[in-house]
Amino acid sequence: MAINWFKYSAPSTFYGLAGKLIPWFAWPAAILFGIGFYIGFFVAPTDAVQSEAYRIIFIHVPASILSMFIYLIMAGYAALGLIFKTRLSAMMASALAPTGALFAFISLWTGALWGKPMWGAWWVWDARLTSELILLFLYLGFIALQASIEDPRRADRASALLAIIGSVNVPIIYYSVQWWNTLHQGSTIKFSGTSMHVAMQQSMFIMLVACWLYAIAIALARVRSIILERESNTQWVKEVRE
Amino acid sequence: MNWSEFFAMNGYAFYVWGSYGLTLLVFLSEIATVRHRRKLALRQLRLINESGDAE
Repeated sequence: MAINWFKYSAPSTFYGLAGKLIPWFAWPAAILFGIGFYIGFFVAPTDAVQSEAYRIIFIHVPASILSMFIYLIMAGYAALGLIFKTRLSAMMASALAPTGALFAFISLWTGALWGKPMWGAWWVWDARLTSELILLFLYLGFIALQASIEDPRRADRASALLAIIGSVNVPIIYYSVQWWNTLHQGSTIKFSGTSMHVAMQQSMFIMLVACWLYAIAIALARVRSIILERESNTQWVKEVRE
Repeated sequence: MNWSEFFAMNGYAFYVWGSYGLTLLVFLSEIATVRHRRKLALRQLRLINESGDAE
């Protein structure tokens, strides 16, 4: 028997499913943030060179990874909406944009707070930092473009194009430390192994998973409101009661 | 390590807690914004339903 994958692409079905899924992502996220923080601050040793300031990376690296991944997922949904005209895909893209923008902002903010004591500067026009700043502007542009066009379907089409074109920036961020001679260091964790202490790796990985789960939970919660707003003229939404 | 040492972060308190504090603030305000948006959407629906019933 074939599974009807399109069943859950209907906003009416997805609304209920998303509501049931949220706690399964939100609670593990909260618990893992706690564990990741504990390992990062009480188990991981003080760094020989950077002292305690290095502990910023436990949130900086996961937030930066998420800001890039969420963009690609957002652009993917936007493309699906553009090609198949599925309403839910466009709604998912709009639900992801604010969360992606916030992760980009956290990445830049924590990077500045790490850069000041370590590099002696809050900001440098380095390829990695500049391309991450462009990522934040792409998110904000996506949100602003959608808000500025009244007809939601036209807004979806225009912002989808922006999202797709903007996705070239993501590999630029990722490879910037290799392509250019940047002040920003390359990745510490490589496929060939790492010089990092095991507790540092654990904390960073757990925080990364926690950020993922948080992002999924908050995007699902946001898309439920978007569904209600956009489908308010349909019969099933009229029957929704809190 | 005692608690005052922990909070002092060996002189990097401003940078470390500034990073984690802002992150926490961002998450909490995002959750509040999403909750508020849901409340508004449900209120809007009630208004639509009431006006529909009156017709």
